[in-house]
Amino acid sequence: MAQAYTPGLKVTGKTTIRKTRRLPLVGTVTVRVGDRVTADQVVARTELPGKVFPVSLANQLGVLPEEVPDIMRKKAGEHVTKDEVLAEKKAFFGFIKTDFKSPITGVVESISKITGQVILREPPIPVEVKAYIDGIVVEEIPHEGVVVEAEGALVQGIFGLAGEVHAPIMKLARTPDEVIDEEKITDALKGKVVIGGALLTRGALKRCAEVGVTAFVTGGFRYNDVKEVLGYDVGVAITGHEKLGTTLVVTEGFGKIAMAHATFDLLCAHEGKIASLSGATQIRAGVIRPEVIIPLAKDAKVVETADAVDLGLDVGAPVRGIRAPYFGRIGKVTAMPHELMKMPSETKVRVLEVEFEDTHERVLCPRANVETIERR
Amino acid sequence: MSTPAHPHASSGRDFSKIRSVLATDCGSTTTKAILIELVGSEYRLTSRGEAPTTVEAPVEDVTQGVLNAVREIQELRGRKFLSDDGKKLITPQTGDGDGAVGADIYISTSSAGGGLQMMVAGVIAKMTAESAARAALGAGAIVMDTVSTDDKRLPHQRIERIRQLRPDMILLAGGTDGGTLSHVVELAELLAAANPRPRLGIGFDLPVIYAGNNKARPEIQRILGGKVALQIVDNLRPVLERENLQPARDAIHELFMEHVMAQAPGYKKLMEMADAPIMPTPGAMGLIIQEVARRDKLAVVGVDIGGATTDVFSEFDGVFNRTVSANLGMSYSVSNVLAEAGLPNILRWVPFAIDEAELRDRIGNKMIRPTTIPQTLEELKIEQAIAREALRLAFLQHKLFAVKLSGVQKERTIADAFSQGGQESIIDLGKLGLIVGSGGVLSHAPRRSQSAMMMIDSFLPEGVTELAVDSIFMMPHLGVLSTVNPKAATEVFLKDCLVRIGTCVAPVGPPAPGKPYMKYELTLPGGKRESGELAYGQLKQIALEFEAGAADAVLTPLHKQVDFGRGKGHAWQGKLRGGTAGIIFDARGRRPFEIPTSEKDRVRALTEWNAALDLYPPDEVSGKAGK
Repeated sequence: MAQAYTPGLKVTGKTTIRKTRRLPLVGTVTVRVGDRVTADQVVARTELPGKVFPVSLANQLGVLPEEVPDIMRKKAGEHVTKDEVLAEKKAFFGFIKTDFKSPITGVVESISKITGQVILREPPIPVEVKAYIDGIVVEEIPHEGVVVEAEGALVQGIFGLAGEVHAPIMKLARTPDEVIDEEKITDALKGKVVIGGALLTRGALKRCAEVGVTAFVTGGFRYNDVKEVLGYDVGVAITGHEKLGTTLVVTEGFGKIAMAHATFDLLCAHEGKIASLSGATQIRAGVIRPEVIIPLAKDAKVVETADAVDLGLDVGAPVRGIRAPYFGRIGKVTAMPHELMKMPSETKVRVLEVEFEDTHERVLCPRANVETIERR
Repeated sequence: MSTPAHPHASSGRDFSKIRSVLATDCGSTTTKAILIELVGSEYRLTSRGEAPTTVEAPVEDVTQGVLNAVREIQELRGRKFLSDDGKKLITPQTGDGDGAVGADIYISTSSAGGGLQMMVAGVIAKMTAESAARAALGAGAIVMDTVSTDDKRLPHQRIERIRQLRPDMILLAGGTDGGTLSHVVELAELLAAANPRPRLGIGFDLPVIYAGNNKARPEIQRILGGKVALQIVDNLRPVLERENLQPARDAIHELFMEHVMAQAPGYKKLMEMADAPIMPTPGAMGLIIQEVARRDKLAVVGVDIGGATTDVFSEFDGVFNRTVSANLGMSYSVSNVLAEAGLPNILRWVPFAIDEAELRDRIGNKMIRPTTIPQTLEELKIEQAIAREALRLAFLQHKLFAVKLSGVQKERTIADAFSQGGQESIIDLGKLGLIVGSGGVLSHAPRRSQSAMMMIDSFLPEGVTELAVDSIFMMPHLGVLSTVNPKAATEVFLKDCLVRIGTCVAPVGPPAPGKPYMKYELTLPGGKRESGELAYGQLKQIALEFEAGAADAVLTPLHKQVDFGRGKGHAWQGKLRGGTAGIIFDARGRRPFEIPTSEKDRVRALTEWNAALDLYPPDEVSGKAGK
């Protein structure tokens, strides 16, 4: 395959970020191309059709389905309030009346003489989409939403939990390999996007939610703790709707694994600035990565990271191992043999030679088991 | 293959005399292309190529991945298949031999963008709703949910569910022809109230197929008419005793092309490029499995284990079933295998001690970096342990789904009064003649005996069962080819696609530790004789190539409860065919099949079994976990 390696996640000091903000149904766009918007500004809104309540009136009043339209006090399309009489059955020349009161406030959507069923619908539910990042509207998707653009720093994570938030950045870990346990989570972190190191323990994440930490960015998190925190296994990496209290962005992977230096330095350099984050992850068709976006002024000083993703995989490229036995090890590609090679597992694959930055040991590993990372 | 050849409706060309075929499968991550050519008088696979699928941003055009994969074939084959600007496929072929350019036809299957996602609805869960699910699955869809009037949900909960899911299309069934109207009409009213929107194409109407009581058609038309893209076909359960699934399946394929594919990026171009209708990948694979079963008159189970999903197909006594376990797979869904099977069930196949928390982290990391490859032997063994559980669970789901029709009147015996449990599965392991495996972990296992053992351990075949794998994942391509040129599909399938691994001989019998269990006497082609005994719990492999021909075998129980399929304690006599892994005798018992529970005994048993089949090379130093 032409591209038998994993492109790295983006970690960049300044780039143009475009976010599509779309409604789930057609609606109204509330801003125009060229407008400057803030993260919590509504850019489009619509109304989801209200909840539906089917009522089997034939059964409720003991009539035949075809009699239902005749006993209705309300016609299809008419408004009805809760406890208002919806239908009335008369017996014994009108002396005995039995009625049925509406369980909701809404409208009568349909009346069926085949099933004897009446469908009631609650008022519509307003849905709003916010800008998510501070920026400028550069495109309008008619009746659906907009594209917001901003210049800023961008860090893509590998896995995250919970949805979109924005808050000022605060550095907690002193080094990228620091382990953050619950004792380090204090009230001072309330309402902040906190930068951690190699591991955030389960207890620490729980404490973050208690304290009111807006979001936490960490290098590693134990996979087992995901289940413990959520109460269920995340079997498929499709996340973003969890109710955690604190949005989590994991930059490296599961386990204790130091945050890449460039990621750590970049985030820490912007301490105090507002960051927009999302833990939403989808690792399959329609890839979505968790992210940290720090919108910057046009003349802001750029933290150097150099572009990583464009380098491709070649001799000299900095890479990170993403599978055992070299998971998390960082090194540099020293050779790219063309021929297929047999691994100890007897799998025949295209390989590369890596020299690790810490031990200077050189090893062969499958090209698919490394990802390119940013140059430092 | 028996499927009749037909000229493509739009081109009107005759495909019975083609010289070359380019076929692609646009998967969710990779587009796989194969080239089939007429070599002498028979069709053979001559080249293959692959490239990343390009449905996502920034390319958002599936045909780019197709062109990239074909470019790889062009380079490998040294023959031109793309126009000078690289933007078009050259069809039909011009010239012959070294001067040939292009291919006569281009065909494709697709599961990109999440495949075909459907919701089905029927009146009774175990009757029409189940038939509707069978129709959808057989057409190659993923069934996201099944709604029925007895699904224990309140009406408003059903409506909420329909609204949330946003399927590609809905299949509505219910009632026998001429029967009661009210229930199926009620379902239609719920659908109308939900006003469901399709997954793709925000402004389009959702395709809904009605295949229920024919008397209800006017009402269904009135209720759903202006709200959805309604298509009415023959009832899929016209009477309780019979299913009629084909009209619904045909409608699903047609709407898949017209509505779903037409909304996906680049698919309009892909449809124009292709010389035959594009099929959903599993639908095409199902065609091939059915053909194998009918040609060889065998009960067949096929399995395709992918990164996100595992499909199981079966044909028993002419009845075809397909199930898709949407969240059982080896990469994207690998953590879900852990969640559904539980760690102890995965660990029971791991032949060494391992820290549980570390194993969980490794599985989680495979989920978030799905394209990685096992480098060490230890990683390979873990991956194959997970595969056993994914296959086992997928097969379990299949057995629960592939049942005899409910609601059919039949004579009851006194035994029925005492039988608990649900419907009777039509999957009879004793009748099963062939298991065909496909998907990376089975097709690309470094040793074929590993594929054999993964299938044996997860399906636990009983008696005598042959095993095979798809050599390079080309069954879907051949499935769609069989619709335009059955001869080419059959020839390539037999010569280049199906790799015969061998035969598993596994008598049914209870645990009997330390006791003699069975005896075999073989006369191999050429006259050489082999014989031996197995104690309970042992495995034994006899080398025999498929091409060498079958061995004459006499199998004798050494334990009175042991049954080869001819009754307890009775001998079995017949022919056994070999393959790349030969004949495998499995005396580990069935019903129940047991693996020691203590770590020490488990590791010892697995190590012995692996050694008996020479499953793995000796442990290497670098294969040990380390960071």
